[in-house]
Amino acid sequence: MSQRNRDSIGNILTVAISVCLVASILVSVAAVGLKPAQDANRLLNQRQNILVAAGLLADGARSDEQGRGINELFEQFEVRVVDLRTGGFVDDIDPQDFDQLRSARDPARSRRLDSDEDKPTLRRLEQYGIVYLIRGDDGGVQKTVLPVRGMGLWGTMFGYLAIDGDLVTAEGISFYRHQETPGLGGEIENPRWRAQWEGLHLFDDQGRPTVELVKTRAPEGSDARKRQVDMLAGATLTSRGVENLVNFWLSDLGYGAFLENLRRGEV
Amino acid sequence: MSSSKEVLFSPIFDNNPIALQVLGICSALAVTVSMVNTLVMCAAVIFVCAFSNLFVSMLRSVMPSSIRIIIQMTIIASLVILVDQVIQAYAYEVSQRLSVFVGLIITNCIVLGRAEGFALQNGPYMSFLDGVGNGLGYSVLLILVALVREPLGAGTLMGYTLFLSVNDGGWYIGNGLMLLAPSAFFIIGLAIWGLRAWKPAQVEPADYEIAENVQYREAI
Repeated sequence: MSQRNRDSIGNILTVAISVCLVASILVSVAAVGLKPAQDANRLLNQRQNILVAAGLLADGARSDEQGRGINELFEQFEVRVVDLRTGGFVDDIDPQDFDQLRSARDPARSRRLDSDEDKPTLRRLEQYGIVYLIRGDDGGVQKTVLPVRGMGLWGTMFGYLAIDGDLVTAEGISFYRHQETPGLGGEIENPRWRAQWEGLHLFDDQGRPTVELVKTRAPEGSDARKRQVDMLAGATLTSRGVENLVNFWLSDLGYGAFLENLRRGEV
Repeated sequence: MSSSKEVLFSPIFDNNPIALQVLGICSALAVTVSMVNTLVMCAAVIFVCAFSNLFVSMLRSVMPSSIRIIIQMTIIASLVILVDQVIQAYAYEVSQRLSVFVGLIITNCIVLGRAEGFALQNGPYMSFLDGVGNGLGYSVLLILVALVREPLGAGTLMGYTLFLSVNDGGWYIGNGLMLLAPSAFFIIGLAIWGLRAWKPAQVEPADYEIAENVQYREAI
């Protein structure tokens, strides 16, 4: 084709439109065709993190010692939506379709946090939250897993906090999405650091959340030590972020009311 | 006309897109903290570079010169989205760690540079080889950088422990600098130095001559 024809308006439009058409068909076929696999991955990853936090699955593992897979293990959980203000279950929302993060951005189902209550810098707090429960044979709750999030140094850290059946001590914590510096704040993923959370006392005698990340923990056997976790070396702001977000979600602004109801056996 | 072998292999050492042309540095800094991320990123760049070259070359005789950059960008962007979707579907954990950097291949100068500089003047087969070659050149340097950064920074390689780090109860205190992007500048700089010492033809002529030191009296 000669240079002149190539640069004619007709040819410009034809080439532009046909390239765009082919490209958009290609992209949409890929996006639609791969969506089921991507959604399955996302769900599997989320479930894996919940199981890791609850201590039911080793880090990065795809199945436990008995060879049970992630989805099979996850079936133990009862997934419920909770009203964070009253601490009661919300039955008219299907937890399968409930997206807590999206609802935090929805003005109708969230509120702006005042700066004095907004320690983890969430900006908006949703009305409803999701909980994952494991009940024993007698119907009593053995494990409670709560989704938690809050600002770290570079961005929001998303994770799960698992609480033991006594509703006072922690079972474990895991973070599934964060942007902390690898090797410093990124060590929130380190299994050795996370191991300290097992058996950690989350509340004081009055039921206030009092988790502390400290440079030096109180001496072995003291009361204070039970509520303390080592800070991460070289990651002061990440450590503070973790402290703030855990205490926030355990307080009455977060899941405090729900946990109180669980303790009284009212839900 | 150069042979296909030369087109394929010369970008690896003789005309390396990072070391000689100093393109594509951004992603070289960002993804080389771990080897697994690096390998996935390299595969993505090789794919995008090869196929964008191929399609641009196939369209070169009908492509109006006034909108050629836009058309090239459209082709590159579509390929990048395709790669990103595939990685999200089949390598979810890696896609989480690479986050935006796969998407940013669109802005990688190497890809557009080869489409504009090579594929517009050459046939589809040669252009494809050139794309693969430049992708390989990019990969060689990235793998080299990751090979230094991951072991020194975290004490691991491909996720396997080489030196047991202090955080895991071992003895190795990770080098924090290696975990941060600036370390890649140093390593790429050293690699360019090494490459130019090996192949002096790549040394650029000086833009100016450095004058002899003078006493301040002479300057007045």
